[in-house]
Amino acid sequence: MNAITNPGLDIARIRADFPILSEKVRGKDLVFLDSAASAQKPRVVIDAMVHAMEHQYANVHRGLHWMSERTTEAYEDVRDGITRLINAPDRHHIVITRNSTEAMNLVAFSYGRGVMKPGQAVVISAMEHHANIVPWQMLRDAHGIELRIAPITDAGELDMAAYEALLQDRKVGLVSITHMSNVLGTYTPAERIIQVAHEYGARCMLDGSQSVVHRRIDVQALDVDFFAFTGHKLYGPTGIGALYAKRELLEAMPPMMGGGDMISSVSFERSTWAQVPHKFEAGTPAILEGIGLNAAIKYVEAIGYDAIAAHEAALTEHALARLSGIEGLTIYGSGQDRGGVVSFALEGAHAHDVATLLDRQGIAVRAGHHCAEPLMRRLGVDSTARASFGIYTTMEEIDVLAETLDRVRAFFT
Amino acid sequence: MFEDLRDLYQEVILDHGRKPRHGRRLAVFDAEAKGDNPMCGDRVTVFVRHEDAAIADVGFEARGCAISIASADLMAEAVVGKTAGEIADMTERFVQMARTGAPDDELPGLRPLAGVHEYPSRIKCATLPWMALRAALAGKGVASSE
Repeated sequence: MNAITNPGLDIARIRADFPILSEKVRGKDLVFLDSAASAQKPRVVIDAMVHAMEHQYANVHRGLHWMSERTTEAYEDVRDGITRLINAPDRHHIVITRNSTEAMNLVAFSYGRGVMKPGQAVVISAMEHHANIVPWQMLRDAHGIELRIAPITDAGELDMAAYEALLQDRKVGLVSITHMSNVLGTYTPAERIIQVAHEYGARCMLDGSQSVVHRRIDVQALDVDFFAFTGHKLYGPTGIGALYAKRELLEAMPPMMGGGDMISSVSFERSTWAQVPHKFEAGTPAILEGIGLNAAIKYVEAIGYDAIAAHEAALTEHALARLSGIEGLTIYGSGQDRGGVVSFALEGAHAHDVATLLDRQGIAVRAGHHCAEPLMRRLGVDSTARASFGIYTTMEEIDVLAETLDRVRAFFT
Repeated sequence: MFEDLRDLYQEVILDHGRKPRHGRRLAVFDAEAKGDNPMCGDRVTVFVRHEDAAIADVGFEARGCAISIASADLMAEAVVGKTAGEIADMTERFVQMARTGAPDDELPGLRPLAGVHEYPSRIKCATLPWMALRAALAGKGVASSE
């Protein structure tokens, strides 16, 4: 497919970096519009992981031999990569986790039970992924923490006045809100959310699972207390993600899991913990995945967030224009600041039937509740279909989606 | 464009999916059960009225895709007059047909649903109403899609 859109991004060259994009699905060119669920991997990520397995692999942090030392360097380099990516002050602020879900569970467990006091409250929003809902329900039930839900407007934006009202009694210890909705595509006004939280004495976590893919993150400029993201949506492998946290918070938090790699010393009477961040990283880490994520971060950095954000904005504008021209199609969310995730429903056709018909033409979209059942209820639907974009998505792919949806509608009416 | 999908979306399925004949709560019923597919959000509640040992009427309320609604509707037509033992046999046969695609001569009215076997993620759409019916007949209120 031809490159168009913005001069900063050579789409044809980028597409050539992703081997899977030349696959055929059901005899058709793959049109992959499900990157918000998990993105495809560029050759450099695949090669980095294969290279480690073929040439330079041993366990990390413990061997005194050449292979272990080299592997430790290669693996630990991802901590520097993440530090750069989100502009953390230094590498000691980065806890490596399995994914965003584990990062948020770590905060709910260690900060929630270890630092927060019963009677305090946590605020989330009405458009959270289950990963930013369920850990807080578990904290509520185990530790006597109240859970408050900040509503959203009909446009799919956070209701800032209602949000602020939830904090006014100063019982809220932590706000945890998505930085970009995985259903509506809405970017939340992070700076203002964090500022308000701090005004009322609360800490603030952003779920950056979607946002880090499209926009430059600066945790210091945001002054955010916790930031969670996952590697596999950022063109890296599965099984690796990260939690950024302010140093004093990490120091105050007890570890969630015990085991090797997280200790300073162990005896049967007592054990002491390793320094931050290692006290949160029990057991052999995801070594190969760390090496792969590091390659993905360097790949994204080489393209640059200015070009990535401009491409996403152009794709989103084109998708909204094309899809809104389809009769009987409803787009969910009309936020002012929104990105490359578009959820929709087609009159007379269930989202799963839509997805099956699109799949037959090689078009991959997600259909269902998108791990956000409370948001579905707020929208008054059981499920939606969702098209989501990555750096390799083209305008032509969006045209193919729109043309095929027109035919899907005809099929069901 | 979607000609090769006619195996799955046969006219009878589109028709029953769009205008189910039995898509209603029965005014009088002896048993009911919910079926829930948490992965996709499909939900169905099946209502059953007996007469002696056989089923006299089945109705359902469903939110879901064309496949699940058509399957519930065709099931409601197929099970009237059957005993619990016969329905247990039909359920097993239906699940087998949905998984393998091999048409079952004992289930003539349900053969249009055999096409789902080519779509592993959609098989549960077709079997969910049967799981709910089985739960209702067993006196359980809830079935899972498993």
